[in-house]
Amino acid sequence: MFEIFRTVVMRDLVLALRRRADLMTVLFFFVIVVSLFPLAIGPEMSTLRMIAPGVVWVAALLASMLALERLFAADYADGTLEQMLLTPQPLALLVLGKIAAHWLVTGLPLVLISPLLGLQYGLSGETLLVLLFSLLLGTPALSLIGAIGAALTLGLRGGGVLVSLLVLPLTIPVLIFGSGSVEATASGMGGEGHLYLLGAILVMSLVLAPLAAATALRISNE
Amino acid sequence: MSSRLVNWFKFSSPSTFYPLAGKIGFWSMVVTVVLLAVGLYMSFFVAPTDYKQGEGYRIIYVHVPAAWMSMFLYVLMAGWAALGLVFNTRLSAMMASALAPTGASMAFIALWTGAFWGKPMWGAWWVWDARLTSELILLFLYLGFIALQSAIDDPRRADRACAVLAIVGVVNVPIIYYSVIWWNTLHQGATIQIRGESSMDPLMLTTLLIMTLAFWAYCIAVAMARVRSIILERERETTWVGEMVKEGRA
Repeated sequence: MFEIFRTVVMRDLVLALRRRADLMTVLFFFVIVVSLFPLAIGPEMSTLRMIAPGVVWVAALLASMLALERLFAADYADGTLEQMLLTPQPLALLVLGKIAAHWLVTGLPLVLISPLLGLQYGLSGETLLVLLFSLLLGTPALSLIGAIGAALTLGLRGGGVLVSLLVLPLTIPVLIFGSGSVEATASGMGGEGHLYLLGAILVMSLVLAPLAAATALRISNE
Repeated sequence: MSSRLVNWFKFSSPSTFYPLAGKIGFWSMVVTVVLLAVGLYMSFFVAPTDYKQGEGYRIIYVHVPAAWMSMFLYVLMAGWAALGLVFNTRLSAMMASALAPTGASMAFIALWTGAFWGKPMWGAWWVWDARLTSELILLFLYLGFIALQSAIDDPRRADRACAVLAIVGVVNVPIIYYSVIWWNTLHQGATIQIRGESSMDPLMLTTLLIMTLAFWAYCIAVAMARVRSIILERERETTWVGEMVKEGRA
């Protein structure tokens, strides 16, 4: 059973790495959105330090929404997805593999570059570490929750905007606890509580989201 | 036993439910008009003035029922949608899609009247209070449901996709609610509390109860009217609709 999971992850990774430019767009989108805020608000360091957690987190949320469209679209277009639906292996596991690969190529780069962006906003060392950790826990949850929306809107007109409308309200807890952890650390309260809750959300979506996404895929491919 | 089962499932068919929905809808509308007349009169003239908030508090009689209905209708909608997904009954999904616009309008009314209440009481149209925020998110969830429904042309696929969305939403609603509460308290502490008052005057409570029942009846009436239109729209190819239209009963 884990063999099939591994196969799906490796396949999607290979496919993604053959089109590196696509991956870079998501990363650059994230960097550009974060860099726009100082230009709009002004270079006042104390203000920037205050809004940094929220800005980085909202940008990460938007970037992962942008990447969602790509999750199933290519497989849907060339018929691979239909073959996946026909395999005897549990579909939820295949979906989990696809989400894992998707996160590795779109989510993980955001996580890794986030301390650099935090540095631009004048965050201190410990806060940067918490920012990194919160994104490490939060972005997989975003990909998991988003996969449900991506599966539901597969092949619909205006799918991209619709996905955001469906998924964004559901990701609010991740946003709250993610940016909350950084903010709590910055103000000296300690962000552990937020990180635990973020971890709980991740575990719950890890269990439930692939099942819901698999059901949604079956509905979209009837 | 078997006869009871037959009776129970009799109205799960659109053709038998259609006339029943008409009757329920009509009588609910009658009840709505009566209760609203009584309830509005009581809320404006009979219920005592609040010792702290003055006359402005009277919007509670619209605000609170609307907020209750908006929350309850979401659960009800998800319940119908889940039934439709599990048992593959056409009518359950139609009920779910008939409830969605009513629920959204209730959430909107709750927010709107809340803003009217907030301005004189708190001095602001909007505060990022946990209740307000979660009600706003509830409105977004309704809008997502409606948007997904209208984006899919095939009604059967739309029903099933929306059912998944509604169920995911129901799982998420408590998480959203508590995360918003914790977010709010962690940020600034509760500076404004709606629950500051002592227990309610019995007359106020009665008025509120009547208004709540009026809102219930209204939601039932509107949902029934909408489900009848949906039935007609989706079953327009069937013979029973054709016969009904020919006889002029539609």
